Amino acid sequence: MSKQINVALIGNPNTGKTSVFNSLTGLNQKVGNYPGITVEKKEGICKLPRGVKAHIIDLPGTYSLNASSLDENVVIELLLNKNDKDFPDVAVVVSDVENLKRNLLLYTQIKDLQIPTILAINMSDRMVYKGIHLDIPYLEQELQTKIALISTRKNKGINELKELITNFKELSITPCLSASEIDIEYFSKLRKAFPNQLLYKLWLVITQDVNFGKVDRKEIDAINSFKTMGKSDLKRLQQKETIKRYQFINNTLKKGQTIDLKTAKDLRIKLDRILTHKVWGYLIFFVILLTIFQAIYEWAQVPMELIDGAFAFLSEWTKNIMPEGVFTNLITEGIIPGLGGIVIFIPQIAFLFLFIAVLEESGYMSRVVFLMDRIMRRFGLSGKSVVPLISGTACAIPAIMATRNIESWKERLITILVTPFTTCSARLPVYLIIIELVIPEGRFLGLGYQPLTLMLLYLIGFGTAIISAWILNKILKMKSKTFFVVEMPNYKMPLFKNVALTVLEKTKSFVFGAGKIILAISIVLWFLASYGPGDSFNNAEEIVTTEFASENLPSDELQQKISSHKLEHSFIGIAGQAIEPAIRPLGYDWKIGIAIVSSFAAREVFVGTLATIYSVENDDVDTITNRMAKDTNQTTGGKLFTLASGISLLLFYAFAMQCMSTLAVVKRETNTWKWPMLQLVIMSAFAYVVALIAYQLLK
Amino acid sequence: MRVTLADIKRGQQGIITDVSSIHIPLKLLEMGCLPGNSVELVQVAPFADPMYLNINGTHLAIRKETAIHILIDIFNE
Repeated sequence: MSKQINVALIGNPNTGKTSVFNSLTGLNQKVGNYPGITVEKKEGICKLPRGVKAHIIDLPGTYSLNASSLDENVVIELLLNKNDKDFPDVAVVVSDVENLKRNLLLYTQIKDLQIPTILAINMSDRMVYKGIHLDIPYLEQELQTKIALISTRKNKGINELKELITNFKELSITPCLSASEIDIEYFSKLRKAFPNQLLYKLWLVITQDVNFGKVDRKEIDAINSFKTMGKSDLKRLQQKETIKRYQFINNTLKKGQTIDLKTAKDLRIKLDRILTHKVWGYLIFFVILLTIFQAIYEWAQVPMELIDGAFAFLSEWTKNIMPEGVFTNLITEGIIPGLGGIVIFIPQIAFLFLFIAVLEESGYMSRVVFLMDRIMRRFGLSGKSVVPLISGTACAIPAIMATRNIESWKERLITILVTPFTTCSARLPVYLIIIELVIPEGRFLGLGYQPLTLMLLYLIGFGTAIISAWILNKILKMKSKTFFVVEMPNYKMPLFKNVALTVLEKTKSFVFGAGKIILAISIVLWFLASYGPGDSFNNAEEIVTTEFASENLPSDELQQKISSHKLEHSFIGIAGQAIEPAIRPLGYDWKIGIAIVSSFAAREVFVGTLATIYSVENDDVDTITNRMAKDTNQTTGGKLFTLASGISLLLFYAFAMQCMSTLAVVKRETNTWKWPMLQLVIMSAFAYVVALIAYQLLK
Repeated sequence: MRVTLADIKRGQQGIITDVSSIHIPLKLLEMGCLPGNSVELVQVAPFADPMYLNINGTHLAIRKETAIHILIDIFNE
């Protein structure tokens, strides 16, 4: 087998790097994590001409090799470590034709590391529109590389890029400029101390505040002892270096690039006059949000009903074709209803991910950041906190990771702490099932009560997040430098392929991630619900029969009573009744109690748990919601799910911190257990109190 | 009088003359906010903060508190 070529895709954010990655690898890609950190690692395989294969890695977007975030660290850590198995044989710098000047800064830095580097100029279809002309042979000569003009949108130039990658050995590895000239004396000292090392590499190691992990530890310690300059001196030198690089780039582009401003059109400026306008901007943003929520509710109804019916059918069908026994019961009463509880929400979750992907891809999200910064700052947040708060409606985990580009630590910490209040997709199943049970179907001003309730719950989530941020901003005493830079990229029509891949990938990981937990919990719950200690479980049939002997019940009703009795005296029934005193004031019975306890693993488990408990109890072929609607509260004698207990449950789920994965991510991002533990205790206690008040007022 | 980027009006253009390196993050410099580069105000949010700028062809937004550390010459058109 021939050797694989390691290729690293590197580039500024918003250059279409991921589109290039998708074009090269197609569906031959996988998304994982870098070991030990939560930075997403995207890699894939690409077939090159003449039977050569390339292993392609899509590195996080960065403006330079001077890293200021965890994501950017990944880039330099890989480029500085020759022993890494992913160390690139060739780097492809993806740049945007409209902003070559800035994109080339990163290119010259990578060139200095003496890695063979190809320059891929993307979005070349916009050159005519923008009046840009490039002198490619001149640029190739000045930049000492090969250039591929590509357009992922028009699917052009990808084969040329593949050809260049195949022939990477022909690329020059001479740097474009010598950065060491910024301080000749300092660099010659460095050269003497480490004669065998690349100067630019040493310079990067000295100036970066990064954890280099396993990379040449000894070597770096040695360099640390060489830190003779103060921080501000180093920063001045870095500034000098940047200016020097820009000088080189400006000179190169002066000859190699001509822009005819007369033919150039700027749609961005025109659109931004409206979309970032003081009044229209906010109005449009609000309308977009409203549309999204209405759409999630209405569009997803049809597929959801189909899935619900299908699972009830599947359960019945399996029961009929499989021999009777414990194993069949486990499948039909434990696993199928448990999984059905989550699969049903795929349509809504997919829609949500779709909308968020479109907002991000189109470039609109940056405008929202711009519009909201001033308002968010009053609450101790940054305009950039809007992105986590919006994507938190999908899932708090990626949302918390998305706080990494918030420059101020205080603003970032507050954002991390309040993000779990936003209504994530895992709350959606719980909300929807309870809304359907307790909120009437009527309409108000043409909008249904049910979607309005859902919208209200989203607003409560956001409102609580913002108010908590304001309180945290007053309480937390920490100094941190605040600054705020956000790029306003060009508007782009989202590429279908990119959006589809994102939605597919995210939905898949949501379903499999949650599915694993739910499957495990369903199985455990089923066992606990199907077996019990002592006589009152084992002799349930006799006890119930004697108890109701005088009433002469029809046999199916008697059967129902026996099942209920069994469930109450099963292991789970005993456990549930033990915690019942704590939750009775909230209007819940022990079944809901069990569902709440199990959903501290993950909220969406609530529905699966109830589904499993209700199927063990009841053999009817019926959907889960119908079973829940029929259930009675044994304390009050009335229905279990009333307006009061329903609202109380909705509020409990709105505020409680019930997600182990989120807690784990907060721990990783803040590097201490202090913050996640505070979140768990404060949010859950608050949820309990609010749910208690709500039930006592409404009952 | 010292003219900073915070003084620029919509539609005006200028040239950056000096940036205070202590107050300006390296990232902003790397995005092209360097002496000699052109700058134009595209749009302001309510209360003129943050500012949406076109610096050297890069469109970006910064807060006013950062803009006061960037000195500029404004062209009068």
